[in-house]
Amino acid sequence: MSLIQNLINGTNFDHKSLNALQKVTLRAVVMSFLFFGLVAIEGMIMRLVQAHAPIPNQFYHPEHYFSIMTVHPIVGIFGSTYQLVFAAFMFLVPFLTKKPLYSVKLANCVWLLITIGTALAWLSAFFTHYAPLYTLYWPLPADTDQFNLIGGIVFIIGVALIMIGTLGFIYNIYATIFARVGVHKDKTTKELLISGFGIDGMLNLWNKLIGKQPYSKEPALALPVVAIFRGTVDTFLDAIVILGAGILVLIYLIFDASGHPLNVASIDALLYKNFFWWGLDLVADGLVLIYVAGSWYLLATLITGQKLFMENVARAALMLELLVSWMVWSHHLLGDQGQPEMMKLISGEMVTAFELLTQGLALFITLVTLWKARPLKMTMELKYLLGGLVGFGLAIPAAIIQADMGMNRVLHNTQWIIMAHVHIALIVGLYMTLYSALYVLWPIVTNNTKMFSSKLSNAHFWLYLIGGIGMGAFGGMAGLDGMLRRHLYVHGEFNTYMVLAAICGSMVLIAWFIFLFNIVMSVGIKGLIGIFLPAEDKSASYGIEPESVAQNHK
Amino acid sequence: MTFKSSIELLAFHNVAYSIYAFLIISIIAWFGYNLTRKEKAKSVVRIPFYTYIAFLVIGGVGHHIFTYNTIPWVSEDITRHEIKPDATYNFEITKHKWKLPAKQIVIQCGQKVLFNVKSNDLVYGFGLFRQDGSMVMQMQVNPGSRNDILWTFLHNGEFDLMSTEYSGPHQYDENGNDLMKVKKLVKVVGCKEDGGNK
Repeated sequence: MSLIQNLINGTNFDHKSLNALQKVTLRAVVMSFLFFGLVAIEGMIMRLVQAHAPIPNQFYHPEHYFSIMTVHPIVGIFGSTYQLVFAAFMFLVPFLTKKPLYSVKLANCVWLLITIGTALAWLSAFFTHYAPLYTLYWPLPADTDQFNLIGGIVFIIGVALIMIGTLGFIYNIYATIFARVGVHKDKTTKELLISGFGIDGMLNLWNKLIGKQPYSKEPALALPVVAIFRGTVDTFLDAIVILGAGILVLIYLIFDASGHPLNVASIDALLYKNFFWWGLDLVADGLVLIYVAGSWYLLATLITGQKLFMENVARAALMLELLVSWMVWSHHLLGDQGQPEMMKLISGEMVTAFELLTQGLALFITLVTLWKARPLKMTMELKYLLGGLVGFGLAIPAAIIQADMGMNRVLHNTQWIIMAHVHIALIVGLYMTLYSALYVLWPIVTNNTKMFSSKLSNAHFWLYLIGGIGMGAFGGMAGLDGMLRRHLYVHGEFNTYMVLAAICGSMVLIAWFIFLFNIVMSVGIKGLIGIFLPAEDKSASYGIEPESVAQNHK
Repeated sequence: MTFKSSIELLAFHNVAYSIYAFLIISIIAWFGYNLTRKEKAKSVVRIPFYTYIAFLVIGGVGHHIFTYNTIPWVSEDITRHEIKPDATYNFEITKHKWKLPAKQIVIQCGQKVLFNVKSNDLVYGFGLFRQDGSMVMQMQVNPGSRNDILWTFLHNGEFDLMSTEYSGPHQYDENGNDLMKVKKLVKVVGCKEDGGNK
């Protein structure tokens, strides 16, 4: 088959054979990777500015530069990561619970809302240079001396749509988990709740300690579903907080537009910071870590075909992570002198240090599960899983180092935290885990479509891994030398590190091109379009006998 | 062991983290290699589960105990309201413009200096930087709340003042130059060459 034919028709992909659940999953995946490309290009533009590269002058203008910096995390975290995670989980929950997804229509609304919301936020920044950054520190987002009012309103509406889409995802997930059909026909809501929160794992451990029979030999929910259940609690709280902050900003902007501006000093900036970071941190220290731990457990069991090592401990640890994730936000406020010292000490330092324990535990359980099943074939999914483990192995201690009152005094708001922690955690840790999931789910979601080239898959893996770690490392070193993260440097102040970071960043961008090319050549342009056409098979489940599906729909 | 300045502290952490990064990458690479081998891999070292957990707990908590005992500004920061400063300098910020206490602040080595910063509108930052761009210290400056930092300088030098928090594009001119950067605002004199009082 010629390259052109491959490009048009793919390998053996047949979009008509996909059911509604498979199609809605793939739609969100496609949008996620398109947004990933956008975010990689944005990141490269910022890297090139910091490296003082000869690019058009407009990129050096502060309005332009900071509008890119504002939408970069919106597109990256919500447009790309949320979409990919939501797509995977809206497929996995029905797949693992052997029940149909509550609503495919709602799943379609989710990816559409997030796509439209992200696009609106991006367009407002692009056309009006609305740039309060993702932190939205009060009262900057309501500062109409610096920002275009309409741009602000459009941006906030965009973010609100993303959050409404997120709430749609949450509803769909819980409605599916709590549906008393199929294997859960005889389960009570209490049993599902106990299992969802990981309490059964904790009780099993306790009973073992006191020499009693296990509380539950067959937990109601599989461990990955427990992680999704738990992480989604934080996703919900986070959505409410961001939506709340958005509504507040919107009220101020609307009053400003009406010619009766409200007094921004009525809102206490530090209290707002606490509220906002509590919610925003539930993304970073809540749902990401929990979803990732769940994904590692799932991938380890699917790759090895064996039971997870220390499953009860893993279930209990997910419960612990719930409590930890609600109490760590003060590590973002260690540089705020008005923040009570006790909160800095307990929430910012001590509870935050627990993340080393919970994530270290997840790493240990995953590694031992793999180890016990050796020899294993070094498949793409295993490679990416190991890459994901490396990513978090690097990123978590980098954050713990800074979540300290002494270190924070000389590292806060430097490139250290955004590059050595955030970028390595997201690009290497999270995305490598998601790529692993993608390679595991690919044959299931695409009905055994052959990947166009394994050489390209390998090229993607190595470029992405080395580029991601390299970019984070060189950025982190610049941070140690005093380079600020939310600052514009136009005189090549940290040029050496930034040139090296830009070279590594370009490896990540090239890796994305290779990955996209490989996927397009596998499904073909016809197939890509077909993914967005209505499914002939309306099934909202996968791998369930038609009889039980029919029963479930009754 | 006491770190005299942020340079020493960050250099130490740079080395410590680099060693750790090299180790974790090597361990996972070794692990991945041995996962595929048919013959049983020989463990370099056996780490029991509870030892591993204890290591994580000690690592997490021990890090803070270590920094509290080796970084002089931690305890000083926590108890700053009980310490009488040798000098206090008040700053104000309105619409990205500093109201400075003096054109240049000259500080004697070892003096405990309190910087008190008030924002009249947005969230800013207050950071002092050496001439090579490395950071001496920083804090956030929130409108409507207390923003003070007590600092003891133990090295001679001239330090630039910068806002370490983004406060909108009006902080810069059209060409991207930082309008809030004050060159060589703070000058410390009277220290020995390798730091500390003469």
